[in-house]
Amino acid sequence: METTSGPSSQSVGVVQTQYVELCTGEKRLSLDCGASLGPVQVAYETYGTLNAERSNAILLCHALSGTAHAAGRHNPDDPKTTGWWDICVGPGKPFDTDRFFVVCSNNLGGCDGTTGPSSIDPNTERPYGLTFPMITIGDIARLQKALIDHLGIKRLLAVAGGSMGGMIALQWALDFPDNLEAAIVIASTPRLSAQNIAFNAVARQAIMADPHFNNGNYYDKERPRKGLALARMMAHITYLSEKGLHDKFGRRLQDRDSFSFGFENDFAVESYLHYQGSSFVKKFDANTYLYITKAMDYFDPFPDPRTTAERLAKVTARILVMSFDTDWRFDTSRSKELVKTLHWHAKRVTFEEFPSPHGHDAFLLYQPLYQQSLTSFLKRLHQECVGTTEPPAEIVEGVDGIV
Amino acid sequence: MALSRLRIDQAVIAKLVDEKSRVLDLGCGDGLLLEYLFHHKQVQGFGVEISHEGVHACIARGLPVYHGDIDQGLSDHQDDSFDYVILSQTLQAVRRPEFVLREMLRVGKRGIVSFPNFGYWRIRAHLAFRGRMPRTPLLPAKWYNTPNTHLCTILDFQDLCQNNSIRILRQIPLAAEGSQPTGWFHARLSNWLVPPSAANLLAPIAVFLLEKGES
Repeated sequence: METTSGPSSQSVGVVQTQYVELCTGEKRLSLDCGASLGPVQVAYETYGTLNAERSNAILLCHALSGTAHAAGRHNPDDPKTTGWWDICVGPGKPFDTDRFFVVCSNNLGGCDGTTGPSSIDPNTERPYGLTFPMITIGDIARLQKALIDHLGIKRLLAVAGGSMGGMIALQWALDFPDNLEAAIVIASTPRLSAQNIAFNAVARQAIMADPHFNNGNYYDKERPRKGLALARMMAHITYLSEKGLHDKFGRRLQDRDSFSFGFENDFAVESYLHYQGSSFVKKFDANTYLYITKAMDYFDPFPDPRTTAERLAKVTARILVMSFDTDWRFDTSRSKELVKTLHWHAKRVTFEEFPSPHGHDAFLLYQPLYQQSLTSFLKRLHQECVGTTEPPAEIVEGVDGIV
Repeated sequence: MALSRLRIDQAVIAKLVDEKSRVLDLGCGDGLLLEYLFHHKQVQGFGVEISHEGVHACIARGLPVYHGDIDQGLSDHQDDSFDYVILSQTLQAVRRPEFVLREMLRVGKRGIVSFPNFGYWRIRAHLAFRGRMPRTPLLPAKWYNTPNTHLCTILDFQDLCQNNSIRILRQIPLAAEGSQPTGWFHARLSNWLVPPSAANLLAPIAVFLLEKGES
């Protein structure tokens, strides 16, 4: 039996975010919208050790609100500084840092150290704001590729991510077929549905309707906190399942025994959402929210049969697709849609759906079945590409006489 | 490490599959057969499996696997996507065997089916003399908790193929059912079982290689 990484598993310990300036001079980052950016700062973290052959590297791609800080802690005494995928990254965990060299960088357009709308535009020496060029999932992957080149890694063992991170991992398989062995696409989708886009559109409207939004020029003033908090509160509901949310809060009242018969926070779930919203605005930039949700809306690598065939022709990576049964942000049927497309083009795909009460957020949480499959997939990948494998089954004797 | 071995019907199936072909293994379980085919016959393709245990075992073997039921495992694919579609010891457990068989031969050029033969004399004797639903090493479940809802005999299966214009290219009734080493005796007995009525009585299990007939 595979050891599972329960909450007692080891941590990678105290880590620090590193920063590097890429796409400098002539080598500007060209973007799908036609514009280019340069220089671009990238915030990233690494865990584990790169082997001499540089063949054990894995790139993790974060989702909408993630950061470069995937594992370990920035402050050893503060559990709140734990990385966003610490449950999956560390010694004995699926992304086993005893085996793998794990890289995670903040996405292009982000607000945690990588160049984004809150960064200073070298031309104006003021924050970009809405003058930041529109970016795509393809642009995000292209910048990651520049980082991987900078780290001297030619071929990644895997690119993995959940939600939007899964879209980026899929983009890698399509755009850089020679530079990865496997793509791991978790709780994700090959394209946003009208409902997904609708949720993103309302979130953006909430931000832009905030009186402090000021067309994105708010960095030296009051920020559009209420709009961003509202966007986050609404999105957060879509990350949880109805059952999960009800099991957690039910109709429990918050700090009171009876209804207020007013518009205060009567219910515990209201108070919880307000907390989610207000803690989010302390660490996240409203303009980044606009740009990244738009990048997700635009993502559609398989718009028609001809483009699909062209894009998949060169894909050699094995692709692992995982979903959760209560996820309604990106329902299992979206993962199956991706798998069907890949199967039609005879790609090497594995798909598994896991039971979980946690909805879309399940990919960030500890669940034995999910953890086991991820661990086994990665362990096998390591055996095949870095180490050795056990021989397969033998055929029984005497069959020659039968057939 | 003890050498893991294929079940006898899996071994026969493995022999029927051509090298470098594209294979869909429906109800692939722990992936033992598929692993054999990938390594010794350089096939491509994948398995379909409903249980997490099976899917996990396939992942650990480095095999592509689709977690889901066989119906979806078939409807997702275009005509003639596979050289072989394999259904080993699974036909009796599917909800709509006739539909599955037709779908197999839509998405695959050839189908390979193995199933426990309910006409086997031990099963007949069990019902005749004990008066209770037969249970054998191959069909160990009780009538009320068995997944095997569509049991048939070799003759029944031949009828089904005929009614659906399915050509039977090979039928290989087996005298052995387990994964134990099969020696000379079992092998030869299997060759003698070709007369259908005798096979129907004497073989606990049969393997069929099928092809679409003219339609």
